[in-house]
Parts: sequence; structure tokens; C-alpha cells
Amino acid sequence: MADLSATTTLASGRALPLGIVLPAIVVGFYVLAAVIGPILLGFDPVATSLADRLKPPMTALANGSLSLLGTDAVGRDLLAQMLAGARISLAVGAATLVLASLIGVALGVVAGYWGGAVDTVVMRIADIQLGFPSILLAVLVAAVIGPSLTNVILVLAVTRWVVFARVARAQTLTIKSRTFVDASRTLGATDAHIIINCILPALVAPILVVATVQFGLVIVAEASLSFLGLGLPVGIPTWGGTISAGRSYLANAWWISTMPGIALSILVICVGILGDTLRDRLDPNLVTR
Amino acid sequence: MPAYLLGRLGSALLVVLGAATIVFLAMRAIPGDPAVVMLGVSATPEQVAALRADWGLDAPLPVQYLNFLTRMVVLDFGQSIRLGMPAMQAVSQTLPYTIYLALVAFALALLVGFPLGVFSALQRGKAADKLISLFSLAGQSLPSFWVGIMLVLLLSRTLHILPSGGAGSPEAVLLPAVTLALPLLSVIVRLVRSGLLESMGEPYIQTARAKGLGETRVVGVHGVRNMLIPVVTVVGLELGTLLGGAVIVETVFAWPGLGRLLIDSIAARDYAVVQASVVMLVLFFVSINIVVDLLYGVLDPRVRVDG
Repeated sequence: MADLSATTTLASGRALPLGIVLPAIVVGFYVLAAVIGPILLGFDPVATSLADRLKPPMTALANGSLSLLGTDAVGRDLLAQMLAGARISLAVGAATLVLASLIGVALGVVAGYWGGAVDTVVMRIADIQLGFPSILLAVLVAAVIGPSLTNVILVLAVTRWVVFARVARAQTLTIKSRTFVDASRTLGATDAHIIINCILPALVAPILVVATVQFGLVIVAEASLSFLGLGLPVGIPTWGGTISAGRSYLANAWWISTMPGIALSILVICVGILGDTLRDRLDPNLVTR
Repeated sequence: MPAYLLGRLGSALLVVLGAATIVFLAMRAIPGDPAVVMLGVSATPEQVAALRADWGLDAPLPVQYLNFLTRMVVLDFGQSIRLGMPAMQAVSQTLPYTIYLALVAFALALLVGFPLGVFSALQRGKAADKLISLFSLAGQSLPSFWVGIMLVLLLSRTLHILPSGGAGSPEAVLLPAVTLALPLLSVIVRLVRSGLLESMGEPYIQTARAKGLGETRVVGVHGVRNMLIPVVTVVGLELGTLLGGAVIVETVFAWPGLGRLLIDSIAARDYAVVQASVVMLVLFFVSINIVVDLLYGVLDPRVRVDG
């Protein structure tokens, strides 16, 4: 029931609460910064400028430009590095969620719709995986397949599909016993028709909520892997990598570790508020963890 | 009770088996000779040959798998060339540090989180409540490795109050424990707050008030006791996250625990130790879950499992 009312409240155009508008604006700003930031303020991962090493925020650099957030140990502008990192983090987060939700929804719908052995196997695997700290799984898989952009997305998707599968399965179970589905079946609708036209539309709202909540978790997980040296290769700028690199300079250049962390924290908190508000609004009973 | 416990142990065993299988397959998925992979690149050809013979690496995969499981039962994960000791010995040297860190963090999360949640619920809607809610949202979502680095920056590098890493002094556990506790603490605050608000709306609270009980007794006895179950459930589940978090926090603070051993061993391609630490971490994790499950019966007579 919650699924239908959820879609209608979203569409009815009731004034959206501040808990959605404000964080959505902030997240939108991050997306914009990630898309156009690196164009305005290019970042060259191999460029070095020894004259500009470890300059604090608001310093004029050797080439006359102003470094808003300071520079790192080889004189690269921190803001430019963070904008490039934002692009990677958001792209990895989005790609992971697309992959995880595709796998999760497909398996969840199949398990919920047909039940039987498939259901048992899929949900058993899901239970076993949930009985395993996800960062540990990510660390182990990442250690085996090695650091690369594709691998990080794969690793994170592997740790996240379960949440999507569970929600998709639960939702499929409730929808398939509803009278309008019975009616469709009586009219001769095939399984494929019922899944595409009755079940998938009802999954959109809850999956969106789950994806929002997971987005923050995935971004933190990517940063954590990069921090541990198990994420992206060294040449690619990431927030986690920059924070990690700054650890060696805590005594004389606090900004290197601090600034990307603040950027990351604001994003994750906003996504968290957005996820909470959406969940309360769409489906208070939804389990998203 | 025995039937339930057996079922519970069975599913826990499945998780450990699953973890062991992942580890086994992972070791075989790494390109190259598994013997070289397990011994590390510094191994001599004699050592490689000895390991190949010892572990039966020329046997078919299913036989190797059975072999691996049999040895796992007696906690034999092979030798770490890097550390010059059996992998299991390295694990048992570091495990106490991780348990100690996790216990301190757990105690901290409970002792601070619980009262904070109750306070927040009693102050519902007021400034203090909103502040605590924001704090717990931040605590839950902030990346713990960054929080750790910021604590080091502030308390070690700037104020010189606490050591920045290692386990050299008794107070060295504080910073890693706070960092590790923060997400769990935040979860507890949110759960206790919403649980107490919910239970305060129940009829038995009205009854308690109508009996003329003081507010402390109403909240303390009738309100708090009835929201314990959901709190214990989630806290139990989150204990596993605590172990996962230990991997990161121990790396930040150079804490000589199992998590750091795991990361160091991955970096050094010391896969014997990787196997041992992963299996032991998972074993530890499922044991905690079983204990939490059994705790329900103590807290709530209705779910006493023999019924």
C-alpha cells in the first residue's frame, strides 16, 4: 500500500519539506562542481611546482593565481585536486549504485516472483553476505583483483546488491498478491508483462530511497578503500587518497587532510538527511540498512 | 533451546564456511602459482616446492578445497615467511589488541549514547534535541578514517594531550576508541531516542502515571525497559560494523591489532596471514551475533527461545 501512496504523494506537488530541498540543493551543487569544476580549474596529477609546496589556503602562487584552499606537498592546488576527486567519487558512487541496483532488483524480483529454489539460494547468499562486515569483504576482494576504477565499482557493487535485492523481493511479494495483478493475469497477461507493468513501477520509489541512503555509504566506502591503498590507483585524484597523503604533513600543512574531508562530510551528511526525509515521506517501514 | 541453538550454530557455521570459501577462491583467483602467492615473492624455490607438496597444490581443486577446510578446523593457515611464524600465531598476538579496542569503544558508545538518547527524547523538539540529532547524523555518516585524522590533528599535534598512535601507553587507546565508537554511539542515540518516544506513547505509560509513579520511575522503569529489545538487536548487528571499522581505525592510529595486521599483510602479499585474519575476524563476528541472540531471552521473557 505504501508504494502506491508514495508515488502519488511525490507526484501530487505538495510543498516539499526543507529536509528535501536544502540537501538536494547542496548535492546538486556538488554534481555541478564535479562536472564543470575540473573544466574551469584543471588538475594535472603529474604536474609539480616546488616553489608552491605546502602553501596555506588563500596564498598567491608563483604563477600569480590564488590558491583558495592551499597546495599539497608537490605544489598542486588543493581545490583543483578536490574538484577532480569529486568527479571520481560521484561517478564511482553513481556507477556502483546503478550496477548494484540492477543486480539486486533483478535477483530480488526473480526470487520474490517465482519463489522456490531460486528464492532460497539468493536469500541464503544474501544472509551469508550480511553476516560478513561489508568493508572486510571489500578489502578482501579489492586485495585480490587489484586497484582500478572498474574494480572499485565492482567491489562496491558486490557489497551493496543485497540491500536492493531484499527490498525488491519484499516489495515483489506484496505486489504480486494484489488484486490488480490477479486481474491482469485473468486477462491473460504473461509473467513478463506483469513484472514490467505491475511490479517494476511499484519498485521505483523504494529503490530510489534505498539508493539515496546507499549513495552516502558507497562514497565513504570508496574513500575508505582509497585511504587503505586498496581503492583507485595512485595517479587518480580521490578524496580518500588526498586525505591519506595529507597524513604525513599534519604537523605543517593541516589543510591537505582537512579540506577534502570537510567536502566529503558535508556531502555525506546532506545525502543522509535527504535519505532520511525521503524514507519518512515515502515509506516509513522501509528497512534501508 | 538446544534445537534453536543448534540451528543458530548451523547458520553461523555457514557464514564461516562462506568466508573460508571466498578466501580459498580468492587465493586461487590471484594470477600466478598459489604457492608463490602464499609464501610471498621473497620465498626460495625450495620453500615453494615444500609448500606445494605440503598443501597438495597439484591435486584437483575440490581435493585442495577439502584439504584447506580440514586444516582450517585445526587453525592451520600456513607459515608467514614475512613474519617468520605460523600465520595463526601472528593473528593470536594481535587479536587481544583488537578485542580490547572494540570493548573500550563499545563501552564508550553505550555509556555515552544511551543517556544522550534518553536525554534527547525527553527534550523532544527543543534545541538540545536538535543538536544531538545533528551530532548523531554526523557521527553516523562521517568517514571514520577522516574523523581519526582530525582527532590526531587537534588533540595530538596541536594540543599535545594524547598520543597520536601505537599502543605504548594506557591512554593511547582513547583516540582510536572514540573514533571507532562514534558511528555506533550515534546509532544508539537515534535508536534510544525513537524507541523511548514510541514506548512513552503506549498505554502502560499512562497506567504507570495513573498509579502515581514519579516521572523518573515512569521513564526509567517502564519507558526504558520496553525499548531495550530493538536497541539490543541493532547494537548486536552493529558490533560487526565495529570489527569492520577496526580495520580502518587501527590503520589510522597504528594500533597493533588484527585489522592492521590484515591491511599490512595485504600490502605485503602475505596471504597466509590474510587467510588467517579474515577467517578469525568472521569467526569472532558470528560468535558475537550468537551471544546477542541469546541475550534477547534474558531481556524479554516473551522471546525466551525454549517456549
